[in-house]
Formats: sequence, structure tokens, C-alpha cells
Amino acid sequence: MPTNPVSDNGALNDIVVRALHLEKKIGDKVVLRDVSLEVGAFGSLAILGPNGAGKTTLLRILSGIWGPTRGELWRFGKKVDREGRSDPRIGYLGHQSFLYPSLSALDNLIFYARLWGLEHPSQRAEEVLKQVGLTWSQTDPVRTYSRGMLQRAAIARVLMPRPLLLLLDEPYTGLDMAAQEFLDQTLRSFQASGGALILITHNVQEALRVSQGVTILVRGRLVWWSDTKGWAADRLALEYQHWLQGGARHP
Amino acid sequence: MWVTMMAFVIMIVFMFAFAVDAGQVRLSLVFPGILWMAFLFAGMIGISRTYAHEVPEDTLTGLILAPGDRMAIFLAKLTTAFLFMMGMELIATPIFFALFNEPWNGAWGSLLLVLALGALGIVELGTLLSAISANLKSGEMIFTMLMFPFEIPVLITTVEGTHAILSQPAGNPWLWLHGLMAYDAIFLALPLLLYDYLWEV
Repeated sequence: MPTNPVSDNGALNDIVVRALHLEKKIGDKVVLRDVSLEVGAFGSLAILGPNGAGKTTLLRILSGIWGPTRGELWRFGKKVDREGRSDPRIGYLGHQSFLYPSLSALDNLIFYARLWGLEHPSQRAEEVLKQVGLTWSQTDPVRTYSRGMLQRAAIARVLMPRPLLLLLDEPYTGLDMAAQEFLDQTLRSFQASGGALILITHNVQEALRVSQGVTILVRGRLVWWSDTKGWAADRLALEYQHWLQGGARHP
Repeated sequence: MWVTMMAFVIMIVFMFAFAVDAGQVRLSLVFPGILWMAFLFAGMIGISRTYAHEVPEDTLTGLILAPGDRMAIFLAKLTTAFLFMMGMELIATPIFFALFNEPWNGAWGSLLLVLALGALGIVELGTLLSAISANLKSGEMIFTMLMFPFEIPVLITTVEGTHAILSQPAGNPWLWLHGLMAYDAIFLALPLLLYDYLWEV
């Protein structure tokens, strides 16, 4: 087992995100404890874990929505303060789309483009909607979208500011085969262009398909990690099962 | 938000205008109370929905992810709520005067000041509680339970201040206005101190 869930192909100064001994308390509950990881440019890490393990909390901290209670977080070579700090170079895809249901996808994206201070908001919004294949319905209210369309629109929102780090929380949920293939392609081209990626999933096949490193988060701790190279889906699934059943054990 | 607030306040003014018998009740004594009760309830209806639009698709997180100080989100919500509240008050107050046949002594400046400070007192706490309750299961109940007791000082000072301004001869409203200013200052500072913690609710 490697000493740390590291997934970077580049040199040390290419590290996009580095977390050192992160701890997060919400009220009296410790949600994350002693979590350390790093991902570099062109790198990708999949986080597997059962419900309530703290995966979403970890992604929220990495994105800057929340700050850690303890530990250090470095992004793009700069230490992030305790309160957390958003960064337009980070694209965060959560469980929800972050799009206003009563507005069209185009209006939503123009709104976000202005909020992020992007140049030519309308043009950029139309570009990413074309990229995700939603041009035909870009003026329809988002509330009329199917789950797959909504996820495509959310991906468009994430890609719009041309992020360098993508944080994806179960991005394949609810997608049909065609949409999954589209997302695979999008992530591959994102990584090929030097982007770093952290993905939360319950599906070992998704983890192996998309990422170079994989780690398992159980009860707020990273209990296992490895390169994905050489791992077959059924073997990884067995390893994952092993950690789920023995969730109380920590290394 | 705007339509609901206006509809509610117009409904209240008509209800009281028909229910209160001007021959039996001295309207000048109850007029400030009715006016501010209507404003408080209408404000609560509107302000409780301040963050409701952000809940279905978690758009608040989308706003937080934007660069810049996240306090700007709160201040934008507060400013919008204040403008809606002031708009409602400015439209509804002349209607109240007309329907209640309340004599007017011409103290526009003082009345505008008490309307603005009262509106601020209602929206400051309302916007903060709306942010707290938006993601909670019993959010609406918590909003109402906390809003009423904490708004009592606003109700007392605005009603007494309005009464002093409208009475014949006019009284001195400044004691009440100073109290209202102090309340507004406290409840403007409090969210600024607490707001970072609210994201984790």
C-alpha cells in the first residue's frame, strides 16, 4: 500500500491540491479525521466510501465551501485559510445542479458567468451548452429538464470558467449510457489538457475508468489507497467490500 | 414575495378599516399598532421566502462558490428585502391614512425615518433567520418562533415612535427612534459576526 493517496504525474510544484491531516467537526460530531491527500496536474483520484463516510464533506472542504477544523489545505501552491475560500479555478459538481429551476440553462449560465467575472458571458455560456449538447433546449426552463439533461447543464456550469481542478460528487448518478459516455469523454479531454480531478463514487468501475488513484473513506478516515493500474473491477470491489464490512478497523 | 406582501397588507388595511368603528374607538390610539402589525406580518411572509429559492437545487452553494466575499450574498439579500419592505410601506401607508381617516400633521421626515428604521429592523433579523432556517427540517416553525420575540423591541419602538409623530400636538419620537437605531445597529452587526457559521447549517 502506498504511504499516501497520491495521484499526480507531475513534479512537486505541479500539485494542484494538497490536504494535510484535515479534520472536520460539525457540532460535536467529527466528520473527517486525519485526511491527507494530494493530486497534481493531469492527475485523478477516486474516493470510494459508504453513505455518511464524509466524502461530500471532504469535497466541500477541498472546494472551499467549508473550512477544515484542523489541518492544512493547499491549493495551487497557496494555503487556504480556516474559513474556506472559493476559487474560480475549481469546478465543483455537487448532488444538485446549482441552477435556478425557473430560469433557462442559458440564463443560469450567463448569471454564473457574470458572477465569476468571465468575459463575454453569453458567448461562453452558449459555447459550453453546445459542448454538453444542450443547445437545442438552452432556452427552456431548467425545471423541465430530465435528470440527465440537468446533469449536463450542471457540467456546463462547472466547465464554464475553464477550471484546473474538478471536484465531482457522484457525477454519474442518474445518467443514461449516452450521457455516461459523454461524461467519460469530457473528463478524459479535461485531464488530457492538464486538469486535475477528484471524483466521489460508489461504483468501482467508474473509479477505475476515470482515475489513476483510488482511495476508500470510511467513517471520516482514508483507510486504503492504491494506484488503479493493475486492478480489475471485481478485485477492487472485493477490497471495497472488505473495508465496508470491517469499517471499524483503521490502519 | 412582493405580490404576497402587498396583497397581505392591503387585506389587513381593509379588514381593520371595516372592522373598527370610528364612532366608538379613538382611531389615533390604535392606528400605529395596526399599521406596524400589518407591516410586521407582511414582512415576515416575504422575508421568510428570501432563501427559499436557493433550496431546491442548492443554488446558495453555487453563489458561495463564486469569487468574492460571501457576505455579499447576505447583504444583497438584505438590501433586496429592505427595498421590497420600503416599497410596500410607501404604497400602503397612504392607503392606511386614507381608509382610517387619520389626520396628518405633515411630519414627513420623521415618519419616513421611522418607516425606514422599522423596515430595517424587520428585514435584518428576518434575513438572518431565513438563512438559518432555509435548510432545516422545521425551518418555517423556527423562523416564526424566533422572529416574534426578537421583533418585540422593533414593534414597541416603531409603534410608540409613530404614535408620538402622529399625535396632536406632536410628541417627541426621538427616544424611540434612538432605541430603534440601537436595535438596527446590533442586528446588523450580529449577522456579520455569525454569517460564516451559517454555511455549515
